[in-house]
Amino acid sequence: MSDLTSLTLKAALDGLAAKSFSSVEITQAHVEAVEAARALNAYVLETPEKALEMAKASDARRAAGTAGPLEGAPLGIKDLFCTEGVRSTAGSKIIGDFKPTYESTVTSNLWRDGAVMLGKLNMDEFAMGSSNETSAWGPVVNPWRTKGGNAQLTPGGSSGGSASAVAAELCLGATATDTGGSIRQPASFTGTVGIKPTYGRCSRWGIVAFASSLDQAGPMARTVEDTAILLSSMAGHDPKDSTSLPVETPDFASFVGKSVKGLRIGVPKEYRVDGMPAEIDALWEQGIAWLKDAGCEIVEVSLPHTKYALPAYYIVAPAEASSNLARYDGMRYGLRADGANLTDTYERSRAAGFGAEVKRRIMIGTYVLSAGYYDAYYLKALKVRRRIADDFDQAWEKVDALLTPTAPSAAFQLGDKSDDPVAMYLNDIFTVTVNLAGLPGMSVPAGLDASGLPLGLQLIGRALDEGTLFSLGGAIEKAANFRAKPQKWW
Amino acid sequence: MTIDAATVRKVARLARIAQPEETVEQLARELSGIMDWIEQLGEVDTDGVEPMTSAVHVPMPMRDDVITEGGDPEVVLSNSPKRVGNFFVVPKVVE
Repeated sequence: MSDLTSLTLKAALDGLAAKSFSSVEITQAHVEAVEAARALNAYVLETPEKALEMAKASDARRAAGTAGPLEGAPLGIKDLFCTEGVRSTAGSKIIGDFKPTYESTVTSNLWRDGAVMLGKLNMDEFAMGSSNETSAWGPVVNPWRTKGGNAQLTPGGSSGGSASAVAAELCLGATATDTGGSIRQPASFTGTVGIKPTYGRCSRWGIVAFASSLDQAGPMARTVEDTAILLSSMAGHDPKDSTSLPVETPDFASFVGKSVKGLRIGVPKEYRVDGMPAEIDALWEQGIAWLKDAGCEIVEVSLPHTKYALPAYYIVAPAEASSNLARYDGMRYGLRADGANLTDTYERSRAAGFGAEVKRRIMIGTYVLSAGYYDAYYLKALKVRRRIADDFDQAWEKVDALLTPTAPSAAFQLGDKSDDPVAMYLNDIFTVTVNLAGLPGMSVPAGLDASGLPLGLQLIGRALDEGTLFSLGGAIEKAANFRAKPQKWW
Repeated sequence: MTIDAATVRKVARLARIAQPEETVEQLARELSGIMDWIEQLGEVDTDGVEPMTSAVHVPMPMRDDVITEGGDPEVVLSNSPKRVGNFFVVPKVVE
């Protein structure tokens, strides 16, 4: 039934509504596809029984005339989301066999709207990574390969399982999260669409925290419209998250296909970085031309503090992480390694449970917050963060949205950058500014490079203006007519 | 090197992460590499700039100080590594 797995979410919802097939049928097709694709390591936990049970219940609701907006659609869930009674590990050994006794708000919203869960998706440990190689469950493999090559490529990170599963048609769409680029960079590496909404659009309640002032959930799917449908379900005010915005959630899908004529699109000159492949620059020019053809006005803008975004991020995010991850002490849940006394038990548990990258970031965070360094590093970074947000505010006086590349390269080989933390961090050079400023950002597949790997373009919008991004993303999608799919080898 | 071996030992202790002695030098090099790269923030003029502590422009909401959930020890203890009755069992805190 591979035809059912290759449908877009929209087409699947239409097919379910027309009773062309049932949720049980399309769920079964996905369960089989997931089982056949274990070589990708996209799922860390398959939940086929739960999926079929949810699908049956969904078919019953549809028969009773109470179908929700996502009724019967099988989705994958990033393992950062707590799912009641279903093991949730955040890609870490330290959480062990943790089975949450509650459901995250975002996933609750999806189930409320009728969606079906296929399982939990692999990710970098605590969402810290850009290649999925920091996962305690081993790296995810990108379904894409270079033309004629068979080297294993990264799907990006941290939402690598989500990206790989969407690209390989192992779900109709997936949840993901983005703290510095973890939705958009994997989307770019796998030819999929991903949007990080405005900070506060989606509740963080029940999502394992990495850096709370930056973390935001968002969807990944194969079309702009599919991500719009998913985001309308995922988003919404939640009193259980004090940073959740008390605003109405628009019908985002209604923005897809809207004319973008007359919109002013900014092209930030600071995003032309040294050493960027010519193909990415050319694709960016192509994107500018597409939007011009669609009636947009192109304006060069300056975001002068762009180069300081990554170093500021690598203070702010580790500082928040060192505080958030202090809770993993082996006392109430998760891994405990017994020691000679309480402190020794803490230290052994955390040494055994955290991976190398997570330890590095906890150490950096602890260092920059420690006595004597707080002002020099942490406070300084918060001030630079303000400068970066101000850059965007000034741009919004002249333009309605920004167009940039999503990532400075196409997918690279697993193992290529794992020895050099700073080289790995540079993956997020174009995406991290958006998290610091709390803005919405979307990656749309725009073309293939010479070796046949997908490349994405990023759209950045004003706070709470995801609608404009969906219209622009739709325009780029239409112009790019990106139809390529990975050749099945798994 | 911004971060020397002694600093690594001190920070590891603060972070409650056991750091085997043979890994300390290597970690000091890695962390120094990251901190040296971060040092470029010094180039930014931030005089008079208000630190940005939140990306949300709404005031912190307040709620009534009442119990909303609770009274279910089974739920609270269901993932505990060690328990006796309705208690977590932890190493001795006070000698």
